[in-house]
Amino acid sequence: MLHKQPLAFYSEALAGVDKDELQGKLIVIEGPDSVGRSTQVSRLRAWLEHEGHAVLDTGLARGALAGKGISQAKDGNLLGPITMTLFYATDFADRLENEIIPALRAGFVVLTDRYIFSLMARAIARGEDRAWIERVAGFALVPHAIYYLRAEVRDLVTRVVLGRGSFDHWESGMDMRFGADMHDSFVRYQARVIRALDRMAKRYNFVIVDAAKTPDQIFKELQRSIAKLF
Amino acid sequence: MPLLVPNRYRGKLIVVEGIDGSGKSTQLSLLSQWLRSQRIAVSFSEWNSSPLVRETTRRGKKKNMFTPVTFSLIHATDFADRLERYIIPLMKAGAVVCADRYAYTAFARDVVRGVSRKWVRNLYRFAVRPNLAFYFRVPLEVAIGRILGGRNAIKYYEAGMDLELSRNVEESFRIFQGRILDEYEAMIQEVGFHVIDATGSIEEQQQQMREIVIEQLGENLRNGILRASQGDIDAAQAAARVL
Repeated sequence: MLHKQPLAFYSEALAGVDKDELQGKLIVIEGPDSVGRSTQVSRLRAWLEHEGHAVLDTGLARGALAGKGISQAKDGNLLGPITMTLFYATDFADRLENEIIPALRAGFVVLTDRYIFSLMARAIARGEDRAWIERVAGFALVPHAIYYLRAEVRDLVTRVVLGRGSFDHWESGMDMRFGADMHDSFVRYQARVIRALDRMAKRYNFVIVDAAKTPDQIFKELQRSIAKLF
Repeated sequence: MPLLVPNRYRGKLIVVEGIDGSGKSTQLSLLSQWLRSQRIAVSFSEWNSSPLVRETTRRGKKKNMFTPVTFSLIHATDFADRLERYIIPLMKAGAVVCADRYAYTAFARDVVRGVSRKWVRNLYRFAVRPNLAFYFRVPLEVAIGRILGGRNAIKYYEAGMDLELSRNVEESFRIFQGRILDEYEAMIQEVGFHVIDATGSIEEQQQQMREIVIEQLGENLRNGILRASQGDIDAAQAAARVL
């Protein structure tokens, strides 16, 4: 039932959106924290623009309405799990209605660094009900393609250590205290997120990309696949 | 699909609902004073009052950025924050929490704004089911008379101006509140409201509320609920003054 035509709504139609007006393409890059999504998004953007496409890139918590509020709430470490899920859902809806849909109407390629799937996976990892959050996010548009950069937890740990050099409170799920310290909590929390994303793969028609490959290899794989959408 | 989660805490949850001008806040305040006079620990929670979300709501309202879906979601976020950080912990401690508006406000208002009944009911599925939910039924004209007599300006979203029902604020408010009233009326059975005739005198309404509270929660109010001795009250007030 979830394998719907691109740009249909999953389960809840948004008022005032005529699907036939949407001329653009909606492409989603999904995957856990530190998997290398943003690198790919910026390379894809440059490539697509070089090909002559107008591109909008967007990502979680970047919206005009709720982006700032979310980042302030996270600084205070005060967010309960349901509150966090709904705050992100608010931001997503704002970006969908005020950025993504207008861009699709104008014929843009919308390249989004994460979509409802990370939002749902984080909620599920925190023990919230899958059916609940799936219906809450049901007003999302079905993308033309969803690329899931899949990695094992140990690879994410390596990337965090070699990259930023420290574990992040939220990326470690420390709000839920999944482990005694940031490392242990990160390992358990990210494993839960990955499991939740894995379980969505078939249901939502993810294209799985092995994130253990080099960034160049991944980029070429994405390019080949995206080229077929035009 | 179950509507709301049963309350499995020691404390109890009492909510009031109704359109603007139905007098529900006055009644809830009288009820809570009555409960306090019996040394029952009472806490209040108001709709749309979470400090976490306040800035975002303000930004959205000021710049008219809301759509029906984001309006609904930001109120659910506000509600979730109050529930997770305030209402549930207090009920765990055994308090009686009095809520001025609850999820039912969203069931009525957000549906009028254009989200589906099914979607908004699912959205609030995490909410704790109140032990008592009072609905203050009042004819539209009576409520409007109270509102227009009592203050100067109706705000943009309060009047439902985002729905473009009318360019006249008062007219828009009238249509908007009328539709909310219809939604409330339609959910009485579904959510199990205790209907209070809000055209009666303040005293009559309060008497009715107290009778229902005694009838429905009497046993719990005698046992189980957190009660304070006069010594506890004095100590708590002294501590609050120090802070």
